[in-house]
Amino acid sequence: MIEMRGICKTYRVRRREAGLGHAVRSLFAQDYTDIPALRDMTFTIPDGQILGYIGPNGAGKSTTIKILCGILRPDSGMCTVNGMTPWADRKKHVARLGVVFGQRSQLWWDVPVMESYLLLRDIYRVPGPDFRGNLDRLTALLDLGDLLKTPARMLSLGQRMRCEIAAALLHGPQVLFLDEPTIGLDAVSKLQVRQFILEQNRLCGTTVLLTTHDMQDIDALCSRVLLIGKGQLLLDGDTAQIRKSAGENLSTEESVADLYRRFGI
Amino acid sequence: MGLYFKFFSIHFRSAMTYRASFFLSCLGHLLITTNVFLSVVFLMDRFTSVGGYTLPQLALCFASILAATSLAECFGRGFDTFARILSQAQFDRMMVRPRSLTFQVLCQDMKPTMLARLLQAVAMLAWAVHSGAVDWTPVKALVLALMILCGAALFFGLFLIGAALCFFTMESLEVLNIFTDGPREYGKYPFGVYGRPVLLVLTFLVPLALVQHWPLQYLFGRGPVWYGVLPVVSLLFLIPCVLLWRLGVRHYRSTGS
Repeated sequence: MIEMRGICKTYRVRRREAGLGHAVRSLFAQDYTDIPALRDMTFTIPDGQILGYIGPNGAGKSTTIKILCGILRPDSGMCTVNGMTPWADRKKHVARLGVVFGQRSQLWWDVPVMESYLLLRDIYRVPGPDFRGNLDRLTALLDLGDLLKTPARMLSLGQRMRCEIAAALLHGPQVLFLDEPTIGLDAVSKLQVRQFILEQNRLCGTTVLLTTHDMQDIDALCSRVLLIGKGQLLLDGDTAQIRKSAGENLSTEESVADLYRRFGI
Repeated sequence: MGLYFKFFSIHFRSAMTYRASFFLSCLGHLLITTNVFLSVVFLMDRFTSVGGYTLPQLALCFASILAATSLAECFGRGFDTFARILSQAQFDRMMVRPRSLTFQVLCQDMKPTMLARLLQAVAMLAWAVHSGAVDWTPVKALVLALMILCGAALFFGLFLIGAALCFFTMESLEVLNIFTDGPREYGKYPFGVYGRPVLLVLTFLVPLALVQHWPLQYLFGRGPVWYGVLPVVSLLFLIPCVLLWRLGVRHYRSTGS
């Protein structure tokens, strides 16, 4: 179970106005602006749920993910993932967590994908039989086959994303964070990725937290959606509720756009 | 440790993927350092000694510093190029892996071509030993080994400082190269020849003289035996380096940028 209660996070940003005078001044006296990224964020995700986490750019999505990953320490509030506080028990926590950042790769660029997987096996200290089992299952479900022998730099984006997702699941985590996993993918790859996420969730009961700007991902995958804006939780419900709250007979995409406008975010 | 060697093997094979580039950069590294030493050789061609040191003695001095820097650059490269790791957000990835951050940064980047320089250093050492730079005893051989290993540790400490500062400035500070790339150049002479102020700074502030000038005095029979222990003392310098690194990581975890 993932639980966040009253999490607040404020960034201090150094502000400097343009111009030489200000540049010189800023060497001696610095002006800081406080930018609140999360304000009293509270939610609970039960085991085995696929949750969509949506909001416009700058709403606080990546701050939330970073806190849940243990990268970032919030200013106040409590948070537990499977009973552990992410930033306090970083190593123990991340050993049971899989993370895919859609925009960056975790595979080693010049070596065949399989070598990256073997390194990850050692990094996560996955016992041999578990590793073989997970790898066989992932290879079958994601149709990796020949890709394993290819260096990561020679994969297409869609192929690479399938390899990335497998890389995040080799150690059999109970919780999976997917940060924009379908960004830039073609139609076939998108469908493959979505299909796989559903299968993984059904077969292994993996809890999935998904951030995306693609509302078709949400329609296809998520039984529940959290909509956030300006660091606050604005709506918690399923896609039907989102469409209903937008009023007319709109698609999820249009409803969400309508909500963004209405909340002024 | 096994994992570390697997990473080394990966970096080595990655470097070997582009075979021509691999050998050319080895050659390039060698040309630069050979060039540095040639200037010493030409100078010694005119004068029989510089600051009272003979050519074999200077070769020994240069080789020990060269070995130390190339070890540090080969294995500590992750910290040397930390600004890149940080800007490409690879540090975030390390934080979501269940291993120590220091270990992961070490594994992230290595520079096997630097081993070419290590070979050069070994060759120069062999020549210096053969030409009678030092009246060898087992203790002196041990001191020389300490100079190289502790020297590598010191350079590594300097990389660590540079990396820690990246957390605050988000870019590497070229100023620190004075103490990392610099010594490979000016370390060809024992630091004493540069005058008292330089020697004081390099003894008490950035204690590079403790792995070079002072133990060399002992090796050349000009100083007491306790000078030979100074390389070990220089390791104290690593304490503030590690503390600064920790401070940097803490800063990163509260700002996330």
